[in-house]
Amino acid sequence: MDEGRHHVRAPAPLRPAAPDSQKPRTRWSFNDPHVRALFYQAALLAAVAFVAWYFVSNTLRNLDERKIATGFAFLAREAGFEIGETSGFSYGAADTYLRALGIGLANTFRIAAVGVVLATILGTVLGLARLSRNWLIARLAAVYVEVMRNIPLLVQLFFWYTIISENLPGPKDALNPLPGLFLSNRGIAFPVLHYDPAQLWVLAALLVGAVIAWLLVSWAMRRQAATGEQFPALSVGLGTTLGLPLLVLLAVPHEIDRPELSGFNFIGGAAMTPEFAALLFGLVVYTAAFIAEIVRAGVLAVDRGQFEAAHALGLTRSRAMRLVILPQALRVIVPPMTSQYLNLTKNSSLAVAIGYPDLVSIANTTLNQTGQAIEGIAIIMLVYLSISLSISAFMNWYNRRVALKGARA
Amino acid sequence: MSAVLPRPPVLPGPLEWLRTNLFSNLPNAILTVVALYLLWKFVPPFVNWAFIDAIWQAPSSKPCRDAAGASACWAFITEKHRFILFGTYPYEEHWRPGASTLLFFALYAVSAMRRFWAPRLALVWLVGLALIGILMWGGVFGLRYVENERWGGLVLTLILATFGIAFAFPLSILLALGRRSEMPAVRSVCVVYIELIRGVPLISLLFMASVMMPLFLPSGMTVDKLLRAQIALIMFAAAYLAEVVRGGLQAIPRGQYEAAEALGLSFAKRTALIILPQALKISIPPLVNTFIGLFKDTSLVVIIGLFDLLLALKTALNEPAWIGFGAEAYLFASLVYFIFCYAMSQYSQMLERDLARGPTVGALKDT
Repeated sequence: MDEGRHHVRAPAPLRPAAPDSQKPRTRWSFNDPHVRALFYQAALLAAVAFVAWYFVSNTLRNLDERKIATGFAFLAREAGFEIGETSGFSYGAADTYLRALGIGLANTFRIAAVGVVLATILGTVLGLARLSRNWLIARLAAVYVEVMRNIPLLVQLFFWYTIISENLPGPKDALNPLPGLFLSNRGIAFPVLHYDPAQLWVLAALLVGAVIAWLLVSWAMRRQAATGEQFPALSVGLGTTLGLPLLVLLAVPHEIDRPELSGFNFIGGAAMTPEFAALLFGLVVYTAAFIAEIVRAGVLAVDRGQFEAAHALGLTRSRAMRLVILPQALRVIVPPMTSQYLNLTKNSSLAVAIGYPDLVSIANTTLNQTGQAIEGIAIIMLVYLSISLSISAFMNWYNRRVALKGARA
Repeated sequence: MSAVLPRPPVLPGPLEWLRTNLFSNLPNAILTVVALYLLWKFVPPFVNWAFIDAIWQAPSSKPCRDAAGASACWAFITEKHRFILFGTYPYEEHWRPGASTLLFFALYAVSAMRRFWAPRLALVWLVGLALIGILMWGGVFGLRYVENERWGGLVLTLILATFGIAFAFPLSILLALGRRSEMPAVRSVCVVYIELIRGVPLISLLFMASVMMPLFLPSGMTVDKLLRAQIALIMFAAAYLAEVVRGGLQAIPRGQYEAAEALGLSFAKRTALIILPQALKISIPPLVNTFIGLFKDTSLVVIIGLFDLLLALKTALNEPAWIGFGAEAYLFASLVYFIFCYAMSQYSQMLERDLARGPTVGALKDT
């Protein structure tokens, strides 16, 4: 077929090539890139293996000399220390180390979950504020982002912790910025719904409302595709998702439990300890600055022509945003956002500096008490590694889902 | 249909600016008013506290205590400034960490100037860091030996950050090249290292350095805590920097690799002469961002008890006379970190604009 090219490429071997071209392969020469590659890799693996062997053998000898136990048997022993807050689980000093570490993990997840939600809200507001046409608002958001991004989180945590535990007044003259909300050096007390088992029906109603909304939306979409008729499915769906549980809530017992000063502290309501409050505040305020930049970059990444085309099609501003701009911006926003969530979770380990009992701080106490440093640190690393790996697995899945179809692999 | 509509009325001067930028419609006007109200409510009291009523100098904490929180007590910083800057370094030798700090600044300044971007810069750094080592440790040239348990304060923060970056950077280039290598064993070792380090919090690496590393070494051999923490920071930084460098490597068009190969250059020459100069240049802005992160992260050594800027402040706060001035102390720490990080981020943005413009006439003349 393409004979001309063939001719150029292979300057026809003058001699029968078969035995000759195989020859350099069988002769082990260092000039052969394959041989060289094998050699380098073998050398690297040998070096890694040697370092590992050296550390492990030293460690074993050291552990033996210092009579330090090895293995995870200590997990079943009695921990013997109290934990300040337990995320709703029961725990006493007589419980095992394993349970103590579990409480620490629950505390880590609690701070991370609340932190991620609040940081996303604050960050999105700030990111959009920075894009605002209102000069003052945009400048204020920019100043916020620049200041918060350039101060180490640990310094911020120490600052908030000092403000809460030293500079706020005692419970007697607690600040009361909103009715029912009290700020004092014992933490933050706020009103909550008094728990009643019947309130579980509210959750059920939420579920039912959400299912109805989902059915409604998919019905509306099908009808619109078939007939072109529109139905305000989103707002009606939102109504059923929120309205149904609200109706049920009015039917079941719902008493609001307000914190009240009694003696030296507040009783009733719910409370955040100073440690939790400082950690949460620091994490949210710090991470929000990074999220703001991600949101801003995401919106800016959508081509101007997309806004204009959406307007030219006669879409309203909110529809253009929801149907045209956001889906494209999200493709840019989600990957870095996930890594910010991961950062927030990893940063929550700074809790150890201000005494919030997260996983790291409890593992630290454990390894100080048992002397089993290797096991303690291995537990910390394993837990965080599994969190990181599962989040990046999720991210890869999501990226595949939203990637442009037919784009480069 | 060619009637030209009259131009909408324009208000005179700054009023027009106010209308378009602050009061363009009702929601915007409300936002502006609310923001102004909040600023008016919080900024003047803060300025009063921090500047106008502040106590800048006092022989003891008494005037501050009498002010009962109505004025910032910067006297704490003034009184303790030597300790904050140099930690427990012997008092009469303070000129040495002082000179080291200045040397650091000189190194930063030289590296920031593009006309000095040449392989020789690495040599300048080696000499500079060696000089700092001699100044801090002493023991030669008639300088008294000062063991590094006594190093502290701002200079320790600079040491941790600068040495961390200086050693992590070459390591990260190797890791990035390794991650893109065609040799499966090399690639997997690098991938495992990078992902392992990036998957765990820095604090766990610092704990590892402070309690686990002594177990790794043969009995009798000890490495002091500062060095162990420094190693942990280097390992940590190398993994993050490696990902940035890899980004740069990936951005180099395939033709550059092929052309270098076609010229018959060896792998080392290809990499050192063709690929890396281009890859590093485009990754400078993200590299500087990673440096900022690392500079902030050095503050974590507080948790394992190293005497950096932050722990020096915390320790000074523990003195009975000065208990309760934490807000001032941490605001001061924030200011110091902010100055360094903000300068770096402004520099990286400037560089990004500069590099985006492509080689200037001046740069072409140089080559």
